Amino acid sequence: MEHRIIDQNLDILRDKLLLLGGTTETAVHKAMRSLTERDSDLARMVIEEDKLINKMELEIDRLSIEILALQQPAAHDLRFVISVAKITPVLERIADHAANIAEAAIILNDEPESNQVSDLSLMAQIAGEMLQAALDAFTSEDSDASRNIIKRDKEIDKNYNRVFGKLMGIMSENPQTTTTAAYLLFVAKHLERIGDYVKDICELNVYLTEAAFIKHSKKKK
Amino acid sequence: MDTKITISKLNFYYGKNQALYDINLEIPEREVMAFIGPSGCGKSTFLRTLNRMNDTIPIARMEGKVLIDGKDIYAPKTDVVALRRKVGMVFQKSNPFPKSIFENVAYGIRINRMHQNKSDLEARVETALKDSALWDEVKDRLNTSAFGLSGGQQQRLCIARALAVQPEVILMDEPASALDPIATQKIEELIVTLKKNYTIAIVTHNMQQAARVSDQTAFFMLGKLIEVNPTQVMFTSPEDKLTEDYITGRFG
Amino acid sequence: MTIIMNELIHRRRKLVSSMMTVLTTACAVVAILILLIILSYIAVRGISAINFEFLTDTPKPVGEGGGIGNAILGSAMMSLLASLIGLPIGIGAGVYLAEFGDGWYGSTVRFFADTLTGVPSIIVGIFVYALVVLPMGRQSGLAGGIALAIIMIPIIARTTEEMIRLVPQSMREGALALGAPQWRVTWNIVMPAAATGIATGAMLAIARISGETAPLLFTALNSRFYNYFYDQPMSSLTVQIYNFATGPFEIEHQMAWAATLVLVGLILIINILVRILTRKKY
Repeated sequence: MEHRIIDQNLDILRDKLLLLGGTTETAVHKAMRSLTERDSDLARMVIEEDKLINKMELEIDRLSIEILALQQPAAHDLRFVISVAKITPVLERIADHAANIAEAAIILNDEPESNQVSDLSLMAQIAGEMLQAALDAFTSEDSDASRNIIKRDKEIDKNYNRVFGKLMGIMSENPQTTTTAAYLLFVAKHLERIGDYVKDICELNVYLTEAAFIKHSKKKK
Repeated sequence: MDTKITISKLNFYYGKNQALYDINLEIPEREVMAFIGPSGCGKSTFLRTLNRMNDTIPIARMEGKVLIDGKDIYAPKTDVVALRRKVGMVFQKSNPFPKSIFENVAYGIRINRMHQNKSDLEARVETALKDSALWDEVKDRLNTSAFGLSGGQQQRLCIARALAVQPEVILMDEPASALDPIATQKIEELIVTLKKNYTIAIVTHNMQQAARVSDQTAFFMLGKLIEVNPTQVMFTSPEDKLTEDYITGRFG
Repeated sequence: MTIIMNELIHRRRKLVSSMMTVLTTACAVVAILILLIILSYIAVRGISAINFEFLTDTPKPVGEGGGIGNAILGSAMMSLLASLIGLPIGIGAGVYLAEFGDGWYGSTVRFFADTLTGVPSIIVGIFVYALVVLPMGRQSGLAGGIALAIIMIPIIARTTEEMIRLVPQSMREGALALGAPQWRVTWNIVMPAAATGIATGAMLAIARISGETAPLLFTALNSRFYNYFYDQPMSSLTVQIYNFATGPFEIEHQMAWAATLVLVGLILIINILVRILTRKKY
């Protein structure tokens, strides 16, 4: 394959996106660990590192615009730049939610330990696996894998509903645990949103590979 | 990057008609600067002042200074021949000599007596052809006529010819405008490679080409320099409204 | 109605077009035919007298045979001298006019060159008579060669200038941009590029002077002997033809035709040689 002027820029863009993806994955893991291991220092680190992620987002934005303006990409190259530009804010939002989980963890770590955390761990595990798989599918441009990941979001939603019900029950039975339960609920919500965002990434993967917009369509086939 | 060429207060006339008005510009070393603008805006005239090619036009007259490496090239005792060795030029329509491919590239080397002996000459010709990405295509037919090459190959031959005299600056006047898209792409990739070692100024009427290959862009209109900026600024958020109108195709 | 009108107009156009095609073809045929008639007439009248002696002998008193050998040599020698003088001066002038001749001096030179090409060649002969023959005290091949050179120079200058002007400016700029001084551009690039055209112009001038008679009458006169040096009167084909044709004897007329055939043949050979030698290599 001949090396075109644009290829170098596309490679840089891809590298930056994967770096952002990896950093986001790490943020989600660390945030959950700060909760399960009751490590507030770790939580504070996650919040601090979110600033780095924001910087990365701006860099990718700048680079994508530059490539569009200066290199006139077409066909697959164009879809690639657009996909990266659209996936980046999604990753940044996931990282924001991770930071929010960390903030909740700091508060929860001052409260007595709760045994509902394990349910959340399950949700987090699914979300983490989905995110990793979505980024892999982006790299290998695997639209079938992307579609399968989208289906997994239902698992998170089911777990969320279950956890929601449990926590509501706990709160009404034992008003002293309201603070804990409420914050656990927030964490559950954040995890559920992360799952939704990973779905967005997968839809963009399909756009990149097949040039098909499957967002908002009922049949995700 | 250091400045290679400084142009200050340049005014240019063809007889009574003024073609360039008060141009002030710095061209940085080992970067590509593109000159864009609508037809007749003076960008080619401006390019040709940089190697005094306008001297060949009797009614041409210029005021102002053009400094290359700090020295005014229009000073009275300037050796124009040496200047043109240092500042090479590639033209819009490729203009190989009616000689063989080898002799075309060797011509500049010969007249400037740059080679020690025959094998040195051959080595220099080979280097020049390799640097212009033409060697593989012509190495087996160096003694055939230059006119047997395709348009894109002829243009790369002209680039090799210019490189053979080891210039420091290369001026290109719409080098790809007569070529098909694949040949154009090859020339553009060559320019991006060359800028590591040479200062390049390129006139182009193709804005997308300027966007693809240049580091800095200068926009001319009606003989005036409207704006000069790094290319990524020029094409994402130009400062002057005229520039924006031109780049978005509202005129020109 | 309009359909019929269009059809009629169309038919009339076709008719006019066919008529013009026939007419122009006929003109071309006539032109070629005239040339062929002339050539064949000369050939028929002259071929019988051509033999080895004719081509190598000197003229002899009527009835004893003789030939045009010395005339052929004389014409060759004077043409050679004229070329040696006329080509460098003519080509040099042409190069000057093309590369540097845009000022008042160039215009003046060009005017004089154009005027000279129109001067009757006999006047050139008289001029050289006064300038060379009188001081030397006798006619000579030298004077003849000089006269022919003077006729050649303006012709060659103008055709050389035209050919050099045809070399595209882009080629000159390409050489200048490499750091070539002007003289090198002219010598290495422009002249080789125009070489074919210049050579053609030169050869045609040579062919032209080979057919000149009037300027040789006063300057080279004629001779019955082989001359190997330029300081004596020299024979030439054209003058010899004139002598044979105006002589009283039929056999002389015969030889005139033969000599004419030889002259035409030589000019033809020169032209063919020009075409072969100057075919484009690059």
